[in-house]
Amino acid sequence: MERVSRRELLFAGAAAGGGLLLGWRVDARPRIIAAAAQATPSAFAPNAFIRIGRDGRVTMVIGQVEMGQGTYTSLPMLLAEELEVGLEQVQVEHAPPDDKLYANPLVGFQMTGASTSVKELYEPMRRAGAAARSMLVAAAAQTWNVDAASCRAHRGVVTHTPTSRALVYGALVDRAAKLPVPTQVSLKDPKDFTLIGTPAKRLDTPAKVKGTAQYSIDVRLPGMKIATVAASPVLGGKLASVDESKAKAIKGVHQIVRLDDAVAVVADNMWAAKQGLAALAIRWDDGPNATVSTADIVQGLAAAAETPGVVARKEGDAATAIASAAGTKEAVYQVPFLAHATMEPMNCTVHVRPDRCEVWTGSQVLTRAQATAAKVTGLPLEKVVVHNHLLGGGFGRRLEFDYVTQAVRIAKQVEGPVKVIWTREEDIQHDVYRPYYYDRIAAGLDARGQPIAWTHRIVGPSIIARWAPPAFQNGIDPDALDGAVQLLYDIPAIQVEYVRHEEPVVSTGFWRGVGVTHNTFVIESFIDELAAAAKEDPVAYRRALLGKSPRARTVLDVAAKAAGWGQPLPAGRGRGVSLLYSGWGSYLAQVAEVAVSKSGEVRVHRIVCAVDCGTVVNPDTVKAQIEGGIVFGVSGALYGEVTLKNGRVEQSNFNNVRVLRINETPAIEVHLVRNGEAPGGIGEPGTAVTAPAVANAVFAATGKRIRTLPLERQLRSA
Amino acid sequence: MVKLRINGKSHTVDASPDMPLLWVLRDLLGMNGTKFGCGVALCGACTVHLDGIPRRACVMPVGAAVGHAITTIEAIGATPAGKKVQQAWLDLEVVQCGYCQSGQIMAAAALLAKIPAPTDTDIDQAMSGNICRCGTYPRIREAIKRAAQTHSTAERGG
Repeated sequence: MERVSRRELLFAGAAAGGGLLLGWRVDARPRIIAAAAQATPSAFAPNAFIRIGRDGRVTMVIGQVEMGQGTYTSLPMLLAEELEVGLEQVQVEHAPPDDKLYANPLVGFQMTGASTSVKELYEPMRRAGAAARSMLVAAAAQTWNVDAASCRAHRGVVTHTPTSRALVYGALVDRAAKLPVPTQVSLKDPKDFTLIGTPAKRLDTPAKVKGTAQYSIDVRLPGMKIATVAASPVLGGKLASVDESKAKAIKGVHQIVRLDDAVAVVADNMWAAKQGLAALAIRWDDGPNATVSTADIVQGLAAAAETPGVVARKEGDAATAIASAAGTKEAVYQVPFLAHATMEPMNCTVHVRPDRCEVWTGSQVLTRAQATAAKVTGLPLEKVVVHNHLLGGGFGRRLEFDYVTQAVRIAKQVEGPVKVIWTREEDIQHDVYRPYYYDRIAAGLDARGQPIAWTHRIVGPSIIARWAPPAFQNGIDPDALDGAVQLLYDIPAIQVEYVRHEEPVVSTGFWRGVGVTHNTFVIESFIDELAAAAKEDPVAYRRALLGKSPRARTVLDVAAKAAGWGQPLPAGRGRGVSLLYSGWGSYLAQVAEVAVSKSGEVRVHRIVCAVDCGTVVNPDTVKAQIEGGIVFGVSGALYGEVTLKNGRVEQSNFNNVRVLRINETPAIEVHLVRNGEAPGGIGEPGTAVTAPAVANAVFAATGKRIRTLPLERQLRSA
Repeated sequence: MVKLRINGKSHTVDASPDMPLLWVLRDLLGMNGTKFGCGVALCGACTVHLDGIPRRACVMPVGAAVGHAITTIEAIGATPAGKKVQQAWLDLEVVQCGYCQSGQIMAAAALLAKIPAPTDTDIDQAMSGNICRCGTYPRIREAIKRAAQTHSTAERGG
């Protein structure tokens, strides 16, 4: 029997309109925010619900949002497995914003991101399903006046085994609703799983294939206007003046809305709004960042990299060991600002009335969207209703709510509902970019070229200090360091440091793979440098340092074998390897095979990725997330770069924000290493493990070690 | 007033002839399956068919669509190629966020209608104008091949 832990509470009762309502609460005291632990609310408030109707349909209200990662299928699978219903009997509803009810246990508020949904909810969802099942079984036993132990539940039906009497769940819900919630439930032995671990069809696919899926950009309301916007091209700039005479003359244009840092054209349709925006004569006061360029930012980071950082991991005395080592190696690595470029551009629909505000958007942080609308309108939180939608891509961009704030500010000046849609150019130039990081890394080597000491200094802004301030403790940003502090290689002296350096001339935030993407590139490129310096095979060199990490060694072996590591390649081609482990808890190894043309064009032909994410819920989704993560990672590694000139982002649309297309996509093979370990995150590691494998393959093909991304620009300028 | 034939039905819309078909579909007719991605024919999210030829609705003046048969994602399932493509997309679980997939399906359906058994090169040429940030390209390629198999089998059989 599995005890319902103190981290969880369950409650049940009759659902409005009949049926069983089961709610549960996972203690939302955020684990990464230990010092800011909130008091447990005194009133019981469940943070997820299932409703089982008299028709037997199971409805889950889920606080997580669906942005392509498959969570609207994986979470129902967890519930259905223990509830003993078919996945097709479960339907999902978007939850409204409510931190008390739907907090992500990792951070303590309602958030979908950081590859956490399955990782955090694997057991709570199952226990809820098991509790509901045991109540339904008890209700059946009561009905027949038999021992519950003689009854079995299967596919939504309870059967009394000795007599073969059977009742469907729908017929039992009203009685079950009157029963006490069990304090102990038995969870299935994983070997008896029928759903978990099997490829399941995604519940959101049919609507997406028919074109009927609703994203927030598809919102249509009676009397709704459509607006498009230009914000100051320089961060911190202000609107100086705008001549609206030509724009107002365009058919369908209703109104020009001025904000202190932006101007919006409100029209009958997007075409009129776009034409209106183009017809405005806008003068900006660029403010203090008017002359900033990327080089200025890099200069600031480089200077900061000369100063010692806050020590996040220390074993032995690495600096002394390096100073007295037989050999040393040191390097500087840099990664650029990156845009997200979600396929659905930022948009938000708002209707502000004197006594209430309604918001329609797609957000990874619903309660923050609600809070900003309340703040801008001055309305109490309970007067702000937020309707969430499927997200046309997240990748971290929709962990921000700047586009919601701006839309509410515009809507305050508009009569009736208004849908604010950013053009692609606005989306690229007002993104919240992956930060530019600047890393200094060094190793001390013994006479055989084996590392005996390792120092890694990470320099960059702190996203966590802005986005989740309580988690920024003692000068340490756990995200900026993720993947670096967990370095698995068996090296006697290790020091990992963080220098927080803010350059508030551009907004920075999370980008798929977060800190791990940057750190894995640095670590796995540098270990490759050490292997090359020791004239050793890159896989063998790594393997020898993984004596304490059997799971890492296994994925490395699986990837190397599947990729044909060591087998000859045609001239001009090279293979590179990389390894990943981080706070997500998953182990990945990847082998990339590339060809590099004389002009420096890189073609990634094949990628083999071995993944150990512990217990797998939906293997097809895991594979899809790794495939997609790899494509995202290759785009970033080869081409990804946002640059500033005169305070302005120089890129604007897919002509200069180059992303991978189908003809450039490598053959991708994903190999799952299955075991019963706790589930690890899967949405992001495929991206994070990719850049170093590709860069190491470029080295193998050309002998050129690229330490600054993106690869193609460096190869062309090299 | 502009007269259009969309998915076999006649529509009269109050639009200037230079208004892009994308916004006529989305904002005037409420046909939301066709998506806005870039506005300048770089991403393919807005792909529709004009007499069976894939076109980017975001740069197509509605005036240029007059007199042609317009097909959108809402009706592509009624064509033999579109039906196979949609089924293959379901069978292989192609979609993730799904936002670009209307355009991908329209491009793939046009490809199969023209070339029943496309090679990898044919797929590259027909599909390289359609961006997917979720990275579903490997499955798109496989799904097109799957649809082509069922497509050509059906053609032979029927």
